[in-house]
Amino acid sequence: MPDFDFGKYAAYIWPAYLITAAVFAGLIVSSLGYARRWRRKAEELQRK
Amino acid sequence: MIPAPAFLANPERFMAFSRWAAPLLGATAVLVALAGLWLGLAAPEDYQQGATVKIMFIHVPAAIMAMFVYVCLGIASLLALVFRHALADAAAQAAAPIGAALTFLALVTGSLWGRPMWGAWWVWDARLTSVLVLFLFYVAYLALRASIDDEQKGARAAAILALVGLINLPIVHFSVYWWNTLHQGSTMMTKGALAPVYAGPLWLMNLAYLTGFGALWLVRIRGEVWRRRAEAAALRAARA
Repeated sequence: MPDFDFGKYAAYIWPAYLITAAVFAGLIVSSLGYARRWRRKAEELQRK
Repeated sequence: MIPAPAFLANPERFMAFSRWAAPLLGATAVLVALAGLWLGLAAPEDYQQGATVKIMFIHVPAAIMAMFVYVCLGIASLLALVFRHALADAAAQAAAPIGAALTFLALVTGSLWGRPMWGAWWVWDARLTSVLVLFLFYVAYLALRASIDDEQKGARAAAILALVGLINLPIVHFSVYWWNTLHQGSTMMTKGALAPVYAGPLWLMNLAYLTGFGALWLVRIRGEVWRRRAEAAALRAARA
């Protein structure tokens, strides 16, 4: 079972994991958003 | 050219391939990351480093991928320069922000690991400094592309910069051998240097980062292809 009790090092381990999660979340949202936005735009313009 | 890139050099084939490959790689990344994190967080504390060893499972893959993505950026830039291939240029453009984010993560998680182990958030050690230079190359690549209005000229200038930056990669890799560094040497490639209880989850996390990068890269290249199609369609409409 995962052990989340990091003792005296919790102040270093939690931020490391949280910053990593935040950066990956940002990458996923921005990548999908960028692709979706331009796909919609391209399809809209190609229909005209 | 080797067969796979040649096959994918056709934008239509690339879009058909990436349509199913991106979600497949993304799902693989999530599943493998969950397994790696489960095992990594369940691993015992290290006798010297205590619980901070758990930062290794997110720091080492970020550092490895920071260099791997730069290799991808360099190859794509070379293909874009030599063959003037639009998809290669899109691949380079799409790789840069992901590489910058992974290098940033390597630096930040390394700093959070270094503070309790070395007693310092940052030292001008050869490994740390060369990774900072790698990050600056990514930032310079993105800034250069963004600062030149003519997209083709910007792409060429940025591609040349990306190729110059390749010189830094062996420096990053061998820095721990060429100089006396506070940063430890490579344990991933040294047989028996890492106990299986740590090596297993670390390899899983490496695979998760690799497949995750693959998924994000494909999605971003697809976005680039759509953007260029939209701009071409807008230009055609303006001329009509």
